[in-house]
Amino acid sequence: MADPAPAISAVPAKQVLKQAAPRNEPSGGKARLRDRLAGIALATPATALMLALLIGPTLAVGFLSLTDWGFGARSFAFIGLDNYAEMAGDPVFRRSLINTLVYVGVVMPVSVALALAVALLIQGGRFGRTFFRTAYFLPVASTLVAMATVWQFMLHPNLGLVNEMLRLVGLAGPNWLTDRGLVLFTLAGIGIWETIGYNMILFLAGLMAIPGHLYEAAEVDGAHRPLDKFLTVTWPMLGPTTLFVIVITAIRSFRVFESVAVLTQGGPGNASQVLLFTMYRESFVYFRAGYGAALTIVFLAFILILTLIQIRVIDRRVHYA
Amino acid sequence: MSARRLRMIALEALRILLLGAGAVVMLAPFVWMVATSLKSPSEIFAAGFSLWPEDFNAYANYARAFTEVPMLRFLLNGVIVCTGILFFQIVTAVPCAYALAKLGFRGGTIVFGMVLVGLMIPSHVPAIPLYLAFANLGLLNTYWALIIPSAVSVFAIFLFRQFFRSVPDDLINAARVDGLSEFSIVWRIVVPTAWPAITAFSIFSVVANWNDLFWPLIVLTDTALATPPLGILFFRDQEAGSDYGALMAGTTIITAPLVIVFLLAQRRFIEGITLSGVKG
Amino acid sequence: MAAVTLQGIAKHYDAHQALSGIDLEVADGEFVALLGPSGCGKSTLLKIIAGLDAQSAGALHIGSRALRHERPSERNIAMVFQSYALYPHMSVYENLALPLAMRDLAAWQRLPLIGRFTPGYRRRRAAIDRRVRETARMLGLEVLLARKPAQLSGVQKQRVAVGRALIRHPDVFLLDEPLSNLDAKLRGQMREEIVAVHARTGVTTIYVTHDQIEAMTMADRVALMMDGVIQQVAPPREIYADPVNLRVAGFIGSPPINALAARLEGARLEIGTRGVTLPNAVAMTGRCICGIRPEALQIADSDAALVAGRITRIEFLGAEAILSLAPDLPDLPVVQMRCHPEDIDHLATGDTIGLTARPEALLLFDPDGARIRFQKARATRDQPLPAFLPLRSEGHG
Repeated sequence: MADPAPAISAVPAKQVLKQAAPRNEPSGGKARLRDRLAGIALATPATALMLALLIGPTLAVGFLSLTDWGFGARSFAFIGLDNYAEMAGDPVFRRSLINTLVYVGVVMPVSVALALAVALLIQGGRFGRTFFRTAYFLPVASTLVAMATVWQFMLHPNLGLVNEMLRLVGLAGPNWLTDRGLVLFTLAGIGIWETIGYNMILFLAGLMAIPGHLYEAAEVDGAHRPLDKFLTVTWPMLGPTTLFVIVITAIRSFRVFESVAVLTQGGPGNASQVLLFTMYRESFVYFRAGYGAALTIVFLAFILILTLIQIRVIDRRVHYA
Repeated sequence: MSARRLRMIALEALRILLLGAGAVVMLAPFVWMVATSLKSPSEIFAAGFSLWPEDFNAYANYARAFTEVPMLRFLLNGVIVCTGILFFQIVTAVPCAYALAKLGFRGGTIVFGMVLVGLMIPSHVPAIPLYLAFANLGLLNTYWALIIPSAVSVFAIFLFRQFFRSVPDDLINAARVDGLSEFSIVWRIVVPTAWPAITAFSIFSVVANWNDLFWPLIVLTDTALATPPLGILFFRDQEAGSDYGALMAGTTIITAPLVIVFLLAQRRFIEGITLSGVKG
Repeated sequence: MAAVTLQGIAKHYDAHQALSGIDLEVADGEFVALLGPSGCGKSTLLKIIAGLDAQSAGALHIGSRALRHERPSERNIAMVFQSYALYPHMSVYENLALPLAMRDLAAWQRLPLIGRFTPGYRRRRAAIDRRVRETARMLGLEVLLARKPAQLSGVQKQRVAVGRALIRHPDVFLLDEPLSNLDAKLRGQMREEIVAVHARTGVTTIYVTHDQIEAMTMADRVALMMDGVIQQVAPPREIYADPVNLRVAGFIGSPPINALAARLEGARLEIGTRGVTLPNAVAMTGRCICGIRPEALQIADSDAALVAGRITRIEFLGAEAILSLAPDLPDLPVVQMRCHPEDIDHLATGDTIGLTARPEALLLFDPDGARIRFQKARATRDQPLPAFLPLRSEGHG
């Protein structure tokens, strides 16, 4: 018997007899040797592939970014941070970084705001819920490269549907994809079109998660009008979801590649050059692997920062719930 | 009472009007794509706009899309590549996730740490070394070059691990008592109880890989191996932007499979795609 | 069928000692309950017997085989889990057939499609089918064979779990809190069913539970565990009537035993200012703990009483009543008495009464909680008989 002798006189019987506080029985604990071997055997294929296809190459990219190596070259030199220095002085890189940030800066707020509006409208009534949800989600479910091709046709200066419609109301449509000042925003428009449905679903899920009794309570407390209810219940309860959607959208739109590759190839000039496309072109068109690796590292750095913010936001969301 | 009712009807009308206007913009490319794929060149080039073709030219357009480039081959390539990737991802992720969730083993923490780090790395990052490796192995322009880089999905491992943790220990112990090995526990007991997670991930994976352009663009130059997105680019460049009817027929063909699956199984599809919310 | 022998079994997880020095012999065909509060290590012990965990030290034998790292399937044991652990994606039939298929079919015969073309497959499948139907008939599951676990009630799931365990004719049948997910009424029914199954099959059975009623009503012997140690192994009546220490006495019985601080002076036991003369001498003097079962107490005149005080509460439970008494001595806890309702009809809360008990019904413990036994054999020789008789009549008075 491990527990101390009961003190006799002054202690009530219940306490004298009280058993040690229930401890959780050790559930898994240290696994047996055979389980450990089974664990290693089962985890090995995935681990090996992770090392070979993801972790290893990522480290290799970091290393390559410090060299002047090009695909096919027989030798390379270790050049320290020269690639990054070159980047700092490279107008194309600067252009593409600014463009990427502008693109994110447009797509993120607009698509989040519109998606929230759409979600509220869909949730706000009975009629046509399924239809509208399907309609707004369809772009997410379709192949972007194919749809970008369709957009290219629709934005055709002469034959395109968009300018045709503008002509109907007496406007001369611009050259959407070849106008230097406009092209990035055209791409952002396509990006918004493609992202709304995704964000809408996240918002709809957030709205569904708001307990109905909160609205009843608000009603009892005098919030009768829809706007009052939105401000007292919906918006505060949706806050964490919104934050989450904002960060997710930033990460997704930071990776813009397909529409640029299909529609503009970064042109005209470098007016629609974005980070990932610049990285692709330097690495696989100009075969400057070292410089491309440095660009990859910059791209990764941005994504990591956004992901860390995202993790913080997810934590917040969990605590909120 | 009736005034209030009237106001409600007005609000509902406004709601439908707003949503409807938005939906028109969202659906316009799809409608226009299909409409154009049915039209003759002269009608496409004519000024003015009409939805329904006066001169029904669908057969010629779709025939061109199928004969000018190996469109069916593109679709088949998409199926082969997506199936291959999904196969490897499931076969590698499921046992690993089970080991991480249910078997304490030395190094498990390190493996899981790698998974968490891997979650933060976009698939574009390892591209240069992988290209180099495949070039050296002489595997560029093969299915392997398309499949192997995606053969392991850290996201799948992460997701399945979360799911497997909720499988009761008793169930696994019962299977051990009944004589199943750890390997058969994974495939006969754990996997069947994890179908929702596996289905959702499968949709996520197939959609992502069917639509991917970045990697196929890097490793493929051979038209015969092109995945659907790459195929449509080949087709467009070959057409040099002249025959929009056929081009739109092509995009319709490429887009159709996923859209049809989406329309048939909306809930699962949305579940699968929004899974990536975790990954970003 | 086989006996199970545990010798010095210990288990520790890092610094935490979960089990120490477990010795237990379960005879062939015996039904032993491992009883104890949650966290006492009883489930860990069951897992070690099952082979789901390995002991850190000690020897485990099933029959004549010494076991340590052998897999569960190599031990010919069967187990029923608290959560039933039925395979949710398999029908009742498939759940029952799985253990047989794993044992009787070779790996390549279990392959889907291909398996059925292997030699001997049909014969073995037919044998499995017979066993499944026989087991289902025994447990009344025939009409449920096509159902999935989700379509079954709690009791039905429980029966399937029992059936899946027994279908292989295991040497040892292990049950881990199998009834704790059922409501009270069904629990009674399943207790009977499990006992009946044990009687019919005669399989050595080890039954883990925290519920003393289950342990007392079902088992041939009860092994009471606390803090990773077996405190006592005895038949239900004995473990109740003759506990080896205060913790065993305190765990078994409801309401729990009254434990009162007391003094021993030769054959005289004093609680505060009151006392009784014991029937036989005990081998100690000084402070001790006097344990009195609630049903051993009787109402007594205050001069003849062992404890006296004010009634704080009377609970009528139908056939019996529980009376709570706050003793007039400040150091004593509330004392509970179990009696026939008619015996206390004349009493009400607030009344002052005395309680006493027959001296031979007292259970004495030393200050560490170890049992102090009456020295029976010597007592009859040493003690003069007259000293004993008046006390007895006093007790009845």
